[in-house]
Amino acid sequence: MTRLEFWQGNIACAEGALAAGCRFFGGYPITPSTEVAEHMARRLPKIGGVFVQMEDELASIASVIGASWTGTRSMTATSGPGFSLMMENIGYAIMTETPCVIVNVQRGGPSTGQPTRASQGDMMQCRFGSHGDSSIIAVSPASVQEMYELTAKAFNLADRYRVPTFVMADEIIAHMRERIEVPDTVEIVERRQLEKGALPFAAGEDGVPGFPTFGQGHGVHVTGLTHDERGYPSSTDPGVHDRLVRRLVGKVEEARHEMADYEVTNPDAEVVFVSYGSPARSVKQTVRDMDDERVGSLRLRVVWPFPDFALHEFKNARVFLVPELNLGQIAREAARHTAVPVVPIPELGGELHTPAQLAEIAEGYL
Amino acid sequence: MKDFREWLREDRMPHIYCTGCGNGTVINCTLNAVNQMGWEPENTVFISGIGCSSRAPGYIITDSLHTTHGRAIPFATGVKLCRPDLHVVVFTGDGDLAAIGGNHFIHACRRNIDLTVVCMNNYIYGMTGGQGSPCTPLGAISTTTPYGCDEAPFDLASLATAAGANYVSRWTSYHVKELTRAVKAGLETPGLSFIEAMVQCPTGYGRRNKLRDARLMVQWMRDHSVLMKKWKQMEAEGRPLPEDKFPVGEFVRRHRPAMGVPEE
Amino acid sequence: MRHEIRFSGFGGQGIILSAVILGRAAAIYDEKYAVQTQVYGPEARGGASMSAVVIDDEPVLYPEVTRPDIYVIMSQEGFLKYGARAPEDAMMILDDGLVQDRPRCRHYPIPATYEAKFTLNRVIVANIVMLGALVATTRIVSREAIEKAVLDSVPKGTEDLNMRALKLGFDLGTRSMQDETA
Repeated sequence: MTRLEFWQGNIACAEGALAAGCRFFGGYPITPSTEVAEHMARRLPKIGGVFVQMEDELASIASVIGASWTGTRSMTATSGPGFSLMMENIGYAIMTETPCVIVNVQRGGPSTGQPTRASQGDMMQCRFGSHGDSSIIAVSPASVQEMYELTAKAFNLADRYRVPTFVMADEIIAHMRERIEVPDTVEIVERRQLEKGALPFAAGEDGVPGFPTFGQGHGVHVTGLTHDERGYPSSTDPGVHDRLVRRLVGKVEEARHEMADYEVTNPDAEVVFVSYGSPARSVKQTVRDMDDERVGSLRLRVVWPFPDFALHEFKNARVFLVPELNLGQIAREAARHTAVPVVPIPELGGELHTPAQLAEIAEGYL
Repeated sequence: MKDFREWLREDRMPHIYCTGCGNGTVINCTLNAVNQMGWEPENTVFISGIGCSSRAPGYIITDSLHTTHGRAIPFATGVKLCRPDLHVVVFTGDGDLAAIGGNHFIHACRRNIDLTVVCMNNYIYGMTGGQGSPCTPLGAISTTTPYGCDEAPFDLASLATAAGANYVSRWTSYHVKELTRAVKAGLETPGLSFIEAMVQCPTGYGRRNKLRDARLMVQWMRDHSVLMKKWKQMEAEGRPLPEDKFPVGEFVRRHRPAMGVPEE
Repeated sequence: MRHEIRFSGFGGQGIILSAVILGRAAAIYDEKYAVQTQVYGPEARGGASMSAVVIDDEPVLYPEVTRPDIYVIMSQEGFLKYGARAPEDAMMILDDGLVQDRPRCRHYPIPATYEAKFTLNRVIVANIVMLGALVATTRIVSREAIEKAVLDSVPKGTEDLNMRALKLGFDLGTRSMQDETA
């Protein structure tokens, strides 16, 4: 059963989180993500959850990580400069394998930039913004429906792989209102608990250790220092560091097939759009309007880890066109994985590529 | 539990602290106070930031978070708001708490979240080799104040009092019994409790400031601390307050509205 | 068929709410597809506020308004900024008392603010009067749908006032069309 609503993207995001069992939100107001915090402030206290407005974004993400160690599904939402401020503790969450969801409603940067206009300028920051080698998971919604679904899914991915998971939205999707079919329930995959007596940071074949929830007698020491399987600091042994970092990266990268989530249109196409987030709507319209089997589309719902193999599904591709609201961030990633030319189609300033503009570019390659 | 030693992770010994360091005294006093409360390790969480003081949770058998520099309190806030039934104690130092973490500190006091924050104030950054901190006294030598510190220091206990903490006291590593009692009073008081423990750092501070060893430093703290009652009396009588001395004792104990307090 | 409706007025008139109500009426009660967007400026009050709705029988993909075919304009500043360049085949509902200029396209002047103030004694429902006139003149959504969407969206205790405003809008819109043909 579903019910129809006409929701703003940010509201759908908050509701998706609540449906997934999120019961802690720590945040700081920032445009254009603020409606997520406001909605959580209204809703969480009514359902036994906790909303706290922290003093800044550094504290927001810290509170989320602390909450997660109590076994609570936890989230924050931010934009632009707030996302930059979170980078240090995102690294802590990666290092300590703390499941958490970070919503980034992307706006124009650098710096304060365009607080009320859309951008996809943080796609590389979410992947590489924290210091050190690491891997994370990022989803990118292209509709209000997906703000709900992919936020809910982000919690499952975060818990399954014990890694911070990003909902990389943008101002257009976050602020638009459209019809959404709200399901009665969403699928919930809880984090696997640590078995009593097992080493807290020893992982099995999938590279993901069981989670030692605080307050259950595990007596786990959690540190951002390089640590051994017991969780004890061991910051000068090269072998311990090498083993830990390779596992943290490997558990995400090696699972990219099982977490892949993308849409293929016209797999025999010669000219193929690669898109995610709100530009995917322009692409879909373009492909619908052009109605030409030589023009196809790959739309990513999970952007990180990047599904390199999805590019190879287009056996006849002569060119990949990548419209993004940035100067070519995912285009650069795509180009790493294929010998076929990859052409970025950047759009800055907050407006989407128009279908007419994209059609004209595609025509040029036919 | 009979003894504070039973709270220690023996397989993590030896610890990293220098000979003569005051941090061990504060950790022992804190664990003694926790022990006197009758708390169990599975219901107690220690959280810290970065620095010598912040290594303490790694030596304790409970669940613990050794977090990022300055951020222990917001991490602790997340834990406490989700699980008010857990006892959450924060170990921090003067650099961690009052420089990089200063904003979190005053906001935690304002919120009056039910944490006990124990700050080991050694007036410098010990772990990185003795740089000046917001608590380095005027004129003191550190590696970043080689000609004498020319900035006035923070008075952490007064700061916490002004910002709204429900319980605030200051003692030194010389005042072992008083410090233990103060931590216990902090653990008992709902809302934010702040205990400033002045400690000696012979390696990073003493040897550069004519206090060659731990003994001289502890003696200095003993001789320069004035009991709160006497301090207030001097204030009331309008007598000049000695610039090289500082008050020790209870700054405040009150019942402002608090967050994260477990329901009875 | 894709319709693009642009609303403009000054901040505080309920321009955004009007667009949300229209989108809701189309998407939930008329079983069409709709996307509502708006321009966010730093001002919370005053200024020229703008919001848009795209309504279509098939899913709305490209969400932005490129060539509105229907305009609802409630201030002179809003007209100058968002209405003056309306193409000749568009149509415009404008608040008669608040917009002095007139576009080249077909248009219906509606004394929404005047009527809200003097007939309903509540100037705040002028936007709902305009919505009623919009539905009466364009049939962009059904009257039942807009009624339900208004009831969903207004504060408790004001339902009656808003229904009267909406019906007044229906009447003003119908009359305006009759004036045009007369």
